Amino acid sequence: MTPNGSSFSRSVMPMNRDDSASHEASTASGEQTAPAAVSGPSVKIRARDINVFYGEKQALFDVAIDIPEKSVTSFIGPSGCGKSTFLRCMNRMNDTIPICRVTGAIEMDGEDVNDRSIDPVVLRARVGMVFQKPNPFPKSIYENVAYGPRIHGLATGKDELDAIVESSLRRAGLWDEVSDRLLQPGTGLSGGQQQRLVIARAIAVGPEVILMDEPCSALDPIATAKIEELIDELREQFCIVIVTHSMAQAARVSQRTAFFHMGRLVESGATDEIFTNPRDSRTQDYITGRFG
Amino acid sequence: MTDLPIPTTTASDRARDIRAAVESRLKTRHASERRFKLYGQLAIAIALSFLVVLLGRIVTQGASTFVVHSISVQVPLDPARIDQTALEGVNYDIMVADAVLAKLGEKDDDYGTKSEAIKDLMSPDFGFQLLNMIKADSSLIGKTVTVSGPLRANADLYFKGEIKRASPEEERTLSNQQLDWLDALKSSGAVKTGFNFGFFTKSDSTEPEQAGVLGAVVGSAMMLLVTAFLAVPIGVMAAVYLEEFAPKNNWTDVIEVNINNLAAVPSIVYGLLGLGLFINTLGVPRSSPLLGGLVLALMALPTVIIATRSSLKAVPPSIREAALGVGASRTQAVFHHVLPLAMPGVMTGSILALAHALGETAPLLMIGMVSFVPGVPHGFDQAATVLPVQVFIWENASERAFHERTAAAIMVLLVFMILMNAVAIIVRRRFERRW
Repeated sequence: MTPNGSSFSRSVMPMNRDDSASHEASTASGEQTAPAAVSGPSVKIRARDINVFYGEKQALFDVAIDIPEKSVTSFIGPSGCGKSTFLRCMNRMNDTIPICRVTGAIEMDGEDVNDRSIDPVVLRARVGMVFQKPNPFPKSIYENVAYGPRIHGLATGKDELDAIVESSLRRAGLWDEVSDRLLQPGTGLSGGQQQRLVIARAIAVGPEVILMDEPCSALDPIATAKIEELIDELREQFCIVIVTHSMAQAARVSQRTAFFHMGRLVESGATDEIFTNPRDSRTQDYITGRFG
Repeated sequence: MTDLPIPTTTASDRARDIRAAVESRLKTRHASERRFKLYGQLAIAIALSFLVVLLGRIVTQGASTFVVHSISVQVPLDPARIDQTALEGVNYDIMVADAVLAKLGEKDDDYGTKSEAIKDLMSPDFGFQLLNMIKADSSLIGKTVTVSGPLRANADLYFKGEIKRASPEEERTLSNQQLDWLDALKSSGAVKTGFNFGFFTKSDSTEPEQAGVLGAVVGSAMMLLVTAFLAVPIGVMAAVYLEEFAPKNNWTDVIEVNINNLAAVPSIVYGLLGLGLFINTLGVPRSSPLLGGLVLALMALPTVIIATRSSLKAVPPSIREAALGVGASRTQAVFHHVLPLAMPGVMTGSILALAHALGETAPLLMIGMVSFVPGVPHGFDQAATVLPVQVFIWENASERAFHERTAAAIMVLLVFMILMNAVAIIVRRRFERRW
């Protein structure tokens, strides 16, 4: 269950560099502090010096982390610690908040996602997102899944689109439950089914990364278990980043864990190591339930 | 240990005190609850009674419009009385009057006083009917033709009880002899009572018995069409831009405040604007449905914008995030998801704004729509009148028979509005989706 070695960046902030540092410099210095993996999957997302401001208020301070490919990375931390904010940096959802300003570099496969040449629309097709509350479109189950492929032009005909919808629903573990009522509204499903529908919708556009923002916080334990099982299966194809309030969930589903506190990335590393042998006293306090 | 009994007694004492305090207040609390319920019911009762009085008055006043007394007369077309070289100049009304006199078994005197008195009871429309028949077929001269139509308004009012025989002769518009003739015609079965279809198939006229609302209804519909085609798309687009795309800065704040202010501007000001801008500067033909529609569109715009913005605001942000999350552009997110979900609110808001525009009179007074327009407008640039203005014109008319028509026109206007509101409700039910 731990395919990734612990040699990944245990990148503890800060990394005293000015914000105007060039793309090359950031990569170079990133490699200094986070030596390349000896084994296991390569780095999918590399973040350096991420500062996020909501107006005057700074929400994230110099966050630097490497997120490996084809594995699950969980972000834990008390409410308001900035983990969701950081998650939303990765597919530039923060762009939609007018007062939000992001500095620093987030590279996906070596490309800066905040670069002018990167269209957020294309980026969000590559980096899918699942939200806290299941938010299917008030349309049919079929339309929910078909919407993404349709706007991106991924299918040339009805048959192809049908195939994408079916395979997406299958991969989200929902096909058997809904195959006979694809034309019924997606909002009529149960909470857990809705969340899996939303995951199918994200998968349908063929993303490389799936971001999940507390995907189980609105679900009962049985639905949660199904989602966790699904996450474990999806790990083989996608780079998954999950924000969770449940440390048990982080321990169950993720291979790597990052602990955020007061806008700073306190510690990140292999999940079993974080939970059994945290380096920072704050991590220790949090995972033992002393605060948060 | 000695302390032990004391706190227990105080605790139970306190519980008893609390219960007593609560109970002593309970009565007043229930009473005030009943009182407020009563106030509410009273308010509704007062509002309803006003409505009943208003509607009742309109209906009782206007209902008689829908009944009409008409007559058929066989008129011999005497070639000696018809100058074929000047058909327009022939006194057809006298021929009709003579025919009616013959029906009554009376003969005109040498001065023609009786036929003049009969003429006052017959609609001048009979004369026009004869003229048109002869114009169409001159071989009719020498034969006897039948014309039929409503009696003149005064005669109609007598049959409806508005003009009473009991009142002194000099105080009514009809003499005793005229009333006798009317009674005779009625008892002989020549006068027929029927539904006034003419009220819905004719347009304004100087003769009350010939006046109808068709021109005004068509004018209103055309004007509303112009208003809808301008106000709804422009208003919805403006609202979508302001709500979904515009940066939130001082400029958009100023625009927002001004839109809200515009919604509160007295409607006559829009009339002045229309007069200055559309008529004097742009040369839009006055009194036309196009002009009225333009002015009312200006008036309806703020309402449409405000209604659209609030229904856009009511769409949960999770839908926008969902769309953006799968890689939709902002435009796609808005037009594929947000706007369709806001559509019921947009439609209801727009239809209510249009219903409001339908009843608007003041701005139309400023742009020359208060004019006598007989006939149905044939184009958007033709002179037209609209229902509320028709009501205004008839209310000012001196003939008594126009007053019942005023109330009837109001009823038509109300039905028009109820229909529009019903459409708004149906649209809302139909397109409403839950999320």
